Amino acid sequence: MVIEIGGLPIRLATDDTAFAEMLRERYAGFLTSGTNAQIEFDVVLAPAGTMLGNGDVRVERESGQWSMGRGDFQADWNPSAARGIIRQSANPYSLNSVLRIVHTLLLAEQGGFLVHASSAVRNGRAFLFAGVSGAGKTTMARLAPPGVTVLTDEISYVSRQKDGYYAHGTPFAGDLGRLGENMRAPLAALYLLTKGTENKVEPVAAAEASRALLENILCFARDSEVVRSVFEAACDFVCRVPIRWLTFVPDARVWEMIA
Amino acid sequence: MSEKCYVARSSKIAARMMGDEMMIMLAPDSTLFTLNEVASVIFNAADGTTPLEVIVAERVCREFDIEFEVALRDAEQVVKELAGHGVLLVSGEPITQPLAFAQVAR
Repeated sequence: MVIEIGGLPIRLATDDTAFAEMLRERYAGFLTSGTNAQIEFDVVLAPAGTMLGNGDVRVERESGQWSMGRGDFQADWNPSAARGIIRQSANPYSLNSVLRIVHTLLLAEQGGFLVHASSAVRNGRAFLFAGVSGAGKTTMARLAPPGVTVLTDEISYVSRQKDGYYAHGTPFAGDLGRLGENMRAPLAALYLLTKGTENKVEPVAAAEASRALLENILCFARDSEVVRSVFEAACDFVCRVPIRWLTFVPDARVWEMIA
Repeated sequence: MSEKCYVARSSKIAARMMGDEMMIMLAPDSTLFTLNEVASVIFNAADGTTPLEVIVAERVCREFDIEFEVALRDAEQVVKELAGHGVLLVSGEPITQPLAFAQVAR
Protein backbone atom coordinates (compact mmCIF):
# COMPACT_ATOMS: atom_id res chain seq x y z
CA MET A 1 0.00 0.00 0.00
CA VAL A 2 1.08 3.59 -0.55
CA ILE A 3 0.41 6.30 2.03
CA GLU A 4 0.68 9.84 0.72
CA ILE A 5 1.04 12.65 3.24
CA GLY A 6 2.05 16.15 2.20
CA GLY A 7 2.28 15.02 -1.40
CA LEU A 8 4.94 12.43 -0.59
CA PRO A 9 3.91 8.84 -1.36
CA ILE A 10 5.58 6.16 0.77
CA ARG A 11 5.09 2.48 -0.01
CA LEU A 12 4.76 0.07 2.89
CA ALA A 13 5.14 -3.64 2.23
CA THR A 14 4.10 -6.22 4.79
CA ASP A 15 3.33 -9.92 4.59
CA ASP A 16 0.86 -9.69 7.45
CA THR A 17 -2.58 -9.26 5.90
CA ALA A 18 -4.31 -8.40 9.18
CA PHE A 19 -1.79 -5.66 9.89
CA ALA A 20 -2.11 -4.37 6.33
CA GLU A 21 -5.87 -4.19 6.72
CA MET A 22 -5.51 -2.29 9.99
CA LEU A 23 -3.26 0.23 8.23
CA ARG A 24 -5.72 0.61 5.37
CA GLU A 25 -8.42 1.52 7.85
CA ARG A 26 -6.19 3.84 9.84
CA TYR A 27 -4.85 5.75 6.84
CA ALA A 28 -8.01 5.73 4.74
CA GLY A 29 -8.08 8.96 2.81
CA PHE A 30 -4.29 9.02 2.57
CA LEU A 31 -3.90 5.88 0.44
CA THR A 32 -2.96 6.32 -3.20
CA SER A 33 -2.25 4.12 -6.18
CA GLY A 34 0.88 2.04 -5.90
CA THR A 35 2.74 3.31 -8.92
CA ASN A 36 4.33 6.50 -7.71
CA ALA A 37 5.99 5.83 -4.34
CA GLN A 38 9.12 7.86 -3.70
CA ILE A 39 10.23 5.78 -0.71
CA GLU A 40 9.68 2.12 0.06
CA PHE A 41 9.72 0.48 3.47
CA ASP A 42 9.47 -3.20 4.24
CA VAL A 43 7.57 -3.59 7.48
CA VAL A 44 8.56 -6.65 9.50
CA LEU A 45 6.47 -7.43 12.54
CA ALA A 46 8.28 -8.65 15.61
CA PRO A 47 6.96 -11.72 17.44
CA ALA A 48 4.35 -10.94 20.06
CA GLY A 49 5.87 -10.03 23.39
CA THR A 50 9.02 -8.59 21.89
CA MET A 51 9.79 -4.96 21.07
CA LEU A 52 7.73 -3.64 23.93
CA GLY A 53 7.76 -0.32 25.70
CA ASN A 54 8.29 3.22 24.63
CA GLY A 55 11.27 5.15 25.94
CA ASP A 56 12.93 7.99 24.10
CA VAL A 57 13.04 8.21 20.35
CA ARG A 58 16.55 7.99 18.92
CA VAL A 59 17.25 9.28 15.42
CA GLU A 60 20.79 9.21 14.10
CA ARG A 61 22.55 9.42 10.78
CA GLU A 62 25.62 7.40 9.96
CA SER A 63 27.27 7.15 6.56
CA GLY A 64 24.23 8.73 4.98
CA GLN A 65 21.80 6.21 6.43
CA TRP A 66 19.19 7.05 9.02
CA SER A 67 18.58 4.85 12.01
CA MET A 68 15.57 5.54 14.20
CA GLY A 69 14.31 3.58 17.12
CA ARG A 70 12.30 3.37 20.27
CA GLY A 71 11.34 0.42 22.45
CA ASP A 72 8.60 -0.61 20.06
CA PHE A 73 10.31 -0.10 16.70
CA GLN A 74 13.62 0.04 14.91
CA ALA A 75 13.81 1.48 11.42
CA ASP A 76 16.69 1.96 9.04
CA TRP A 77 16.38 4.11 5.96
CA ASN A 78 18.79 4.78 3.15
CA PRO A 79 17.69 8.02 1.46
CA SER A 80 19.98 7.45 -1.51
CA ALA A 81 18.32 4.15 -2.31
CA ALA A 82 14.91 5.47 -1.21
CA ARG A 83 14.44 2.21 0.70
CA GLY A 84 14.25 1.14 4.28
CA ILE A 85 13.08 -1.49 6.70
CA ILE A 86 10.91 -1.14 9.78
CA ARG A 87 10.90 -3.77 12.49
CA GLN A 88 8.10 -3.15 14.93
CA SER A 89 5.44 -4.57 17.13
CA ALA A 90 2.05 -5.11 15.54
CA ASN A 91 0.48 -1.81 16.42
CA PRO A 92 -0.19 1.19 14.20
CA TYR A 93 1.34 3.69 16.63
CA SER A 94 4.86 2.49 15.94
CA LEU A 95 4.42 2.96 12.22
CA ASN A 96 2.83 6.33 12.82
CA SER A 97 5.95 7.38 14.72
CA VAL A 98 8.24 6.23 11.93
CA LEU A 99 6.20 8.14 9.35
CA ARG A 100 6.37 11.29 11.45
CA ILE A 101 10.13 11.01 11.80
CA VAL A 102 10.69 10.34 8.11
CA HIS A 103 8.53 13.32 7.16
CA THR A 104 10.34 15.63 9.58
CA LEU A 105 13.65 14.65 7.99
CA LEU A 106 12.38 15.13 4.46
CA LEU A 107 10.66 18.41 5.27
CA ALA A 108 13.80 19.76 6.93
CA GLU A 109 15.61 19.44 3.61
CA GLN A 110 12.90 21.45 1.90
CA GLY A 111 12.32 24.25 4.40
CA GLY A 112 9.20 22.74 5.93
CA PHE A 113 8.34 21.10 9.22
CA LEU A 114 5.81 19.24 11.32
CA VAL A 115 4.51 21.33 14.18
CA HIS A 116 2.33 20.76 17.23
CA ALA A 117 -0.66 22.64 15.87
CA SER A 118 -4.13 22.06 14.63
CA SER A 119 -4.89 23.48 11.22
CA ALA A 120 -7.91 24.20 9.12
CA VAL A 121 -8.87 25.71 5.79
CA ARG A 122 -11.34 28.54 5.47
CA ASN A 123 -12.17 30.18 2.14
CA GLY A 124 -9.18 28.48 0.51
CA ARG A 125 -6.64 29.71 3.07
CA ALA A 126 -5.07 27.67 5.84
CA PHE A 127 -4.71 28.68 9.48
CA LEU A 128 -2.50 27.03 12.08
CA PHE A 129 -3.24 26.97 15.82
CA ALA A 130 -0.09 26.06 17.73
CA GLY A 131 0.47 25.32 21.33
CA VAL A 132 1.52 22.81 23.92
CA SER A 133 -0.80 20.12 25.19
CA GLY A 134 -3.88 21.75 26.70
CA ALA A 135 -3.45 25.05 24.86
CA GLY A 136 -6.54 24.44 22.75
CA LYS A 137 -5.44 22.79 19.49
CA THR A 138 -8.16 20.17 19.53
CA THR A 139 -10.66 22.69 20.90
CA MET A 140 -10.13 24.95 17.89
CA ALA A 141 -10.64 22.00 15.55
CA ARG A 142 -13.74 20.88 17.43
CA LEU A 143 -15.24 24.38 17.32
CA ALA A 144 -14.65 24.80 13.58
CA PRO A 145 -17.87 26.08 12.00
CA PRO A 146 -19.48 24.74 8.81
CA GLY A 147 -17.41 25.62 5.78
CA VAL A 148 -14.12 25.11 7.62
CA THR A 149 -12.14 21.98 6.75
CA VAL A 150 -9.97 20.55 9.51
CA LEU A 151 -6.55 19.36 8.34
CA THR A 152 -5.51 17.99 11.73
CA ASP A 153 -6.14 18.62 15.40
CA GLU A 154 -2.65 17.64 16.55
CA ILE A 155 0.29 17.65 14.12
CA SER A 156 0.30 20.09 11.22
CA TYR A 157 2.28 19.55 8.07
CA VAL A 158 3.90 22.71 6.66
CA SER A 159 5.69 22.61 3.34
CA ARG A 160 7.55 25.35 1.57
CA GLN A 161 6.70 25.78 -2.09
CA LYS A 162 7.92 28.27 -4.66
CA ASP A 163 4.95 30.53 -4.02
CA GLY A 164 4.93 30.30 -0.23
CA TYR A 165 4.01 28.00 2.63
CA TYR A 166 1.25 25.42 2.50
CA ALA A 167 -0.54 23.45 5.19
CA HIS A 168 -1.42 19.85 4.35
CA GLY A 169 -3.87 17.51 5.96
CA THR A 170 -2.39 14.70 8.04
CA PRO A 171 -3.56 11.42 9.53
CA PHE A 172 -1.80 12.39 12.77
CA ALA A 173 -4.84 12.85 14.98
CA GLY A 174 -5.03 13.97 18.58
CA ASP A 175 -7.92 13.89 21.01
CA LEU A 176 -10.39 14.57 18.22
CA GLY A 177 -9.70 11.02 17.08
CA ARG A 178 -10.43 11.83 13.48
CA LEU A 179 -8.10 12.02 10.49
CA GLY A 180 -7.64 15.35 8.80
CA GLU A 181 -8.79 15.97 5.26
CA ASN A 182 -6.19 15.05 2.68
CA MET A 183 -5.86 18.43 1.00
CA ARG A 184 -3.59 21.45 1.10
CA ALA A 185 -4.00 25.22 1.11
CA PRO A 186 -1.71 28.25 1.22
CA LEU A 187 -0.99 29.38 4.75
CA ALA A 188 -2.58 32.65 5.80
CA ALA A 189 -1.51 32.86 9.45
CA LEU A 190 -0.32 30.99 12.50
CA TYR A 191 -1.98 31.64 15.84
CA LEU A 192 -0.24 30.89 19.13
CA LEU A 193 -2.97 29.68 21.44
CA THR A 194 -3.76 30.76 24.96
CA LYS A 195 -7.06 30.16 26.72
CA GLY A 196 -8.40 33.23 28.50
CA THR A 197 -11.49 35.12 29.56
CA GLU A 198 -11.99 37.01 26.31
CA ASN A 199 -11.27 36.59 22.63
CA LYS A 200 -8.45 38.74 21.34
CA VAL A 201 -5.73 38.66 18.72
CA GLU A 202 -2.41 40.38 19.39
CA PRO A 203 0.78 40.78 17.39
CA VAL A 204 3.93 38.83 18.26
CA ALA A 205 7.47 40.16 17.93
CA ALA A 206 9.66 38.24 15.50
CA ALA A 207 12.03 36.80 18.09
CA GLU A 208 9.20 35.73 20.35
CA ALA A 209 7.39 34.18 17.41
CA SER A 210 10.52 32.28 16.44
CA ARG A 211 10.99 30.96 19.95
CA ALA A 212 7.37 29.88 20.21
CA LEU A 213 7.43 28.22 16.82
CA LEU A 214 10.68 26.38 17.51
CA GLU A 215 9.27 25.09 20.79
CA ASN A 216 6.44 23.46 18.86
CA ILE A 217 8.29 22.08 15.85
CA LEU A 218 8.93 18.35 15.88
CA CYS A 219 12.62 17.64 15.56
CA PHE A 220 13.66 14.15 16.60
CA ALA A 221 17.14 14.01 15.11
CA ARG A 222 20.24 14.89 17.10
CA ASP A 223 21.88 15.91 13.88
CA SER A 224 23.57 19.25 13.31
CA GLU A 225 22.51 19.56 9.69
CA VAL A 226 18.86 18.86 10.48
CA VAL A 227 18.84 21.20 13.48
CA ARG A 228 20.27 24.00 11.35
CA SER A 229 17.69 23.37 8.66
CA VAL A 230 14.83 23.45 11.15
CA PHE A 231 16.15 26.65 12.71
CA GLU A 232 16.42 28.33 9.32
CA ALA A 233 12.99 27.07 8.30
CA ALA A 234 11.40 28.47 11.45
CA CYS A 235 13.06 31.86 11.01
CA ASP A 236 12.09 32.05 7.34
CA PHE A 237 8.53 31.09 8.21
CA VAL A 238 8.29 33.86 10.82
CA CYS A 239 9.52 36.39 8.26
CA ARG A 240 6.90 35.37 5.70
CA VAL A 241 3.78 34.23 7.52
CA PRO A 242 1.81 36.42 9.96
CA ILE A 243 2.03 35.06 13.51
CA ARG A 244 -0.28 36.28 16.27
CA TRP A 245 -1.30 35.46 19.80
CA LEU A 246 -4.84 34.17 19.98
CA THR A 247 -6.34 34.35 23.45
CA PHE A 248 -9.71 32.72 23.41
CA VAL A 249 -12.72 31.58 25.33
CA PRO A 250 -13.42 28.01 24.24
CA ASP A 251 -16.68 28.53 22.42
CA ALA A 252 -17.66 28.93 18.78
CA ARG A 253 -17.28 32.74 18.78
CA VAL A 254 -13.51 32.38 18.59
CA TRP A 255 -13.82 31.54 14.93
CA GLU A 256 -15.18 35.04 14.30
CA MET A 257 -11.59 36.17 14.90
CA ILE A 258 -10.13 33.91 12.23
CA ALA A 259 -10.04 35.45 8.78
CA MET B 1 40.89 36.78 30.64
CA SER B 2 44.14 37.73 28.94
CA GLU B 3 44.79 41.21 27.64
CA LYS B 4 44.65 40.00 24.06
CA CYS B 5 41.53 37.99 23.73
CA TYR B 6 40.20 36.79 20.39
CA VAL B 7 36.70 35.49 19.94
CA ALA B 8 35.11 33.59 17.08
CA ARG B 9 31.69 32.18 16.43
CA SER B 10 31.50 28.44 16.82
CA SER B 11 30.92 26.37 13.71
CA LYS B 12 28.31 24.34 15.63
CA ILE B 13 25.59 26.93 15.67
CA ALA B 14 22.97 28.53 13.50
CA ALA B 15 22.22 32.17 14.14
CA ARG B 16 19.84 34.75 12.84
CA MET B 17 18.80 38.28 13.69
CA MET B 18 15.06 38.33 14.34
CA GLY B 19 13.79 41.82 14.95
CA ASP B 20 16.14 43.34 17.49
CA GLU B 21 17.34 40.05 18.90
CA MET B 22 20.03 37.64 17.79
CA MET B 23 18.76 34.10 18.02
CA ILE B 24 21.23 31.28 18.22
CA MET B 25 20.65 27.56 18.16
CA LEU B 26 23.26 25.01 19.11
CA ALA B 27 23.26 22.44 16.36
CA PRO B 28 24.18 19.40 18.44
CA ASP B 29 21.29 19.63 20.91
CA SER B 30 18.88 22.32 19.66
CA THR B 31 19.46 24.58 22.67
CA LEU B 32 18.17 28.05 21.84
CA PHE B 33 19.71 31.33 23.02
CA THR B 34 18.64 34.89 22.55
CA LEU B 35 21.25 37.64 22.83
CA ASN B 36 20.61 41.18 23.95
CA GLU B 37 21.77 44.08 21.82
CA VAL B 38 25.26 44.38 23.32
CA ALA B 39 25.89 40.67 23.16
CA SER B 40 24.62 40.66 19.57
CA VAL B 41 27.18 43.29 18.60
CA ILE B 42 29.98 41.28 20.17
CA PHE B 43 28.73 38.09 18.54
CA ASN B 44 28.54 39.69 15.10
CA ALA B 45 32.02 41.15 15.44
CA ALA B 46 33.54 37.88 16.67
CA ASP B 47 35.56 37.12 13.55
CA GLY B 48 38.44 35.44 15.34
CA THR B 49 40.97 38.08 14.32
CA THR B 50 39.74 41.26 15.99
CA PRO B 51 40.74 41.46 19.66
CA LEU B 52 37.86 41.74 22.08
CA GLU B 53 39.10 45.07 23.39
CA VAL B 54 38.99 46.46 19.86
CA ILE B 55 35.46 45.16 19.40
CA VAL B 56 34.45 46.82 22.64
CA ALA B 57 36.16 50.11 21.82
CA GLU B 58 35.09 50.40 18.22
CA ARG B 59 31.68 48.75 18.29
CA VAL B 60 30.18 48.53 21.76
CA CYS B 61 31.30 51.88 23.17
CA ARG B 62 30.34 53.75 20.02
CA GLU B 63 26.96 52.16 19.65
CA PHE B 64 25.89 52.20 23.29
CA ASP B 65 27.75 55.17 24.80
CA ILE B 66 29.34 53.13 27.59
CA GLU B 67 32.70 53.74 29.29
CA PHE B 68 35.38 51.44 27.93
CA GLU B 69 36.35 49.83 31.24
CA VAL B 70 32.75 49.04 32.13
CA ALA B 71 31.97 47.79 28.64
CA LEU B 72 35.07 45.58 28.53
CA ARG B 73 34.26 44.02 31.89
CA ASP B 74 30.72 43.28 30.77
CA ALA B 75 31.93 42.00 27.40
CA GLU B 76 34.36 39.62 29.06
CA GLN B 77 31.51 38.23 31.15
CA VAL B 78 29.31 37.81 28.07
CA VAL B 79 32.09 36.09 26.18
CA LYS B 80 32.81 33.79 29.10
CA GLU B 81 29.17 32.74 29.32
CA LEU B 82 28.75 32.22 25.58
CA ALA B 83 32.00 30.28 25.38
CA GLY B 84 30.75 28.11 28.24
CA HIS B 85 27.74 27.19 26.15
CA GLY B 86 29.82 26.56 23.04
CA VAL B 87 28.51 29.58 21.15
CA LEU B 88 31.86 31.37 20.98
CA LEU B 89 35.43 30.19 20.82
CA VAL B 90 38.00 32.13 22.86
CA SER B 91 41.77 32.20 22.42
CA GLY B 92 44.80 34.28 23.26
CA GLU B 93 45.81 33.98 19.61
CA PRO B 94 43.88 34.86 16.47
CA ILE B 95 41.45 32.12 15.56
CA THR B 96 41.79 31.23 11.90
CA GLN B 97 39.52 28.21 11.65
CA PRO B 98 36.90 28.51 8.94
CA LEU B 99 33.60 29.88 10.15
CA ALA B 100 31.62 28.74 7.15
CA PHE B 101 29.14 26.70 9.17
CA ALA B 102 28.27 29.47 11.57
CA GLN B 103 25.47 30.72 9.43
CA VAL B 104 24.69 34.22 10.56
CA ALA B 105 21.85 35.64 8.55
CA ARG B 106 20.04 38.93 8.99
